[in-house]
Amino acid sequence: MSVNPGQPVVAVVQRIEIKKLRQGENLILGFSIGGGMDQDPGQNPFSEDKTDKGIYVTRISPGGPADVAGLMMGDKIMQVNGWDMTMVTHDQARKRLTKKKEDVVRLLVTRKSLEEAVKQSMGKKYPCYKQ
Amino acid sequence: MDTESTYSGYSYYSGRSRGSHRHGERSRDRHKSRSKDSRSEKSVTINTPPAEPLLGDSSVRGEQVQDDNWGETTTAVTGTSEHSLSQEDIVRITKDLEDSVGLDCRRYFTLTLAVILGLLVFLTPLAFLVLPHLLWPEKLQSCGTACEGLFISVAFKLLILLLAVWALFFRPPRAGLPRVFVFRALLAVLVLLFVVSYWLFYGVRILDSQDENYQGIVQYAVSLVDALLFIHYLAIVLLELRQLQPCFSVCVTRSTDGETRHYNLGQLSIQRAALAILEHYYCDFPVHNPALLSASKSRAAKHLAGLKVYNVDGEFPAASAEVFKAKLKAYLLDSPGNNAAAGLAHSQSRAMIAAAARRRDTSHNELYYEEAEHERRVRKRKARLVVAVEEAFTHIKRMQEEEQKKAPGDVMDPREAAQAIFPSMARALQKYLRTTKQQHCHSMESIQQHLAFCITNNMTPKAFLESYLTPGPTLQYSRDHWLARQWTLISEASVTSGLKDGSVFLLKCVDFSLVVTAKKIPYIQMSEEYIDPKSHKFVLRLQSETSV
Repeated sequence: MSVNPGQPVVAVVQRIEIKKLRQGENLILGFSIGGGMDQDPGQNPFSEDKTDKGIYVTRISPGGPADVAGLMMGDKIMQVNGWDMTMVTHDQARKRLTKKKEDVVRLLVTRKSLEEAVKQSMGKKYPCYKQ
Repeated sequence: MDTESTYSGYSYYSGRSRGSHRHGERSRDRHKSRSKDSRSEKSVTINTPPAEPLLGDSSVRGEQVQDDNWGETTTAVTGTSEHSLSQEDIVRITKDLEDSVGLDCRRYFTLTLAVILGLLVFLTPLAFLVLPHLLWPEKLQSCGTACEGLFISVAFKLLILLLAVWALFFRPPRAGLPRVFVFRALLAVLVLLFVVSYWLFYGVRILDSQDENYQGIVQYAVSLVDALLFIHYLAIVLLELRQLQPCFSVCVTRSTDGETRHYNLGQLSIQRAALAILEHYYCDFPVHNPALLSASKSRAAKHLAGLKVYNVDGEFPAASAEVFKAKLKAYLLDSPGNNAAAGLAHSQSRAMIAAAARRRDTSHNELYYEEAEHERRVRKRKARLVVAVEEAFTHIKRMQEEEQKKAPGDVMDPREAAQAIFPSMARALQKYLRTTKQQHCHSMESIQQHLAFCITNNMTPKAFLESYLTPGPTLQYSRDHWLARQWTLISEASVTSGLKDGSVFLLKCVDFSLVVTAKKIPYIQMSEEYIDPKSHKFVLRLQSETSV
């Protein structure tokens, strides 16, 4: 999952659909994000590559919509409803996730265990996606 | 030939003249022949340790162990020292002569030589000036103004030379070193040669031919004094300045408890380096306390006593376990002198030691709990002591001037005040000293003296206690507690050779020895890097977490 600027990013992703929960007048998803283009990537505990400025899931409230949908802590969010999240600032990411008009967010997330699972199931014929 | 070099510390003579003189080879042979006797008398004093079996063993066996490690080239005892005497000290010396006749005769002899050389040096210019007037006054040209000006110059230069020699050489000697101080001997020889050559020239060219040009003679005398001043400059550089720049870093370790210190020394001979190290030793190392070593010795004895004997190889005869253990002990502690027993024990002992190591050993457990218990006890006693002393100090108050006139009643001087408050803290202090095994370092008299001293100088109870809570350097304790003033320098290289990288030598006294290792301070290549003050700029790097 290394990010080379200018090169296309290839990753094994999982589609996760989260239905927002209404709490009072807010729609919440039940997780916290960290990272972003304007943040310090070295302090990210979940990233493999410490120069990766992507958006990561840092906390999941247990029993919340994200937890129910299968989101896991440490996941990197690649797309939200079709919008790319690999090159956004922290605030932009937050806005994309918390649009009041959308009830459902469809995320594409990636994690290390996905790649390994695919590799194991396909055997050695599966091409390595690591660049 | 295995000999040790000794230097004795009992030298309190206050006179020292310039360039105390050694005869070179002749006196060295004489010194060597006397070394055997003086070594025997010195080894008698060295081998009467104050009842410490651990050290007693090693001091008796010391020479054999040193045979293995220190080789054949350990240095000879000369016990010479360079001192000179001023008149009043000669009286004192005659009293001390009864103590060590052999050594002091030599010292006295060399001291008188040094005095003679000094007198020769100082009187020579005056003799050069006066002799023409005595021997051929009629033929002599009268001394004009330039010549008389030179008289003043000679007088003042001689005065300066006298003051300089007094400053550099007339100092109380610090110690007696085993070998001659090479630079001093060289300087003395140089001065002697110089003066002799001037006399020769004077004798041949001036006295014989009865030269009338008195101004020339005066200028000759002035040139002599100038040259003597330059030799004095050389003496300063060689004796004092050369060793100031640090060149070696020495690591000094005490053999009994492993206390280690590091010092930086310049280019010195081994004996002078040893002297410098000993002076630091008395200030820096905490005082040697043999009572603290007894715990590890008893543990070592227990290890040996608790070993089980296993018959590992077949040919071990049916001897008793004690004989075997005695052989093992002999193997471990003795030098391999008797090969037969050693060979037998060697193969057996390896099996034994391995077996003992595998055996379930609880001594580490005992050590841990014993030390924890001791720590607790010390802390408890210390708390009691601190409280007792603080309370005692509150009873004493310094009396002001006005009060003195009003109430001339129960007024005490510091000594009486100390004696008054001492009983309330005496018991707590004694118990604390017993627990930390320091009771032999402090007598009641010394404690009371220290208390009076602290009261006089307005010290707090904490300041009073500081000298009892931590073991201080040896200098802090009373003079008769300094068990070691006689030190032996043991070295593979000659003690007058300079320190080198990796040189190791030993300074042995009665109870323990100091192991000294020298390392060269490396050549430091320093480079510079310029930082523009405007280049200090910073950015804020955040890692925020937002919940959605």
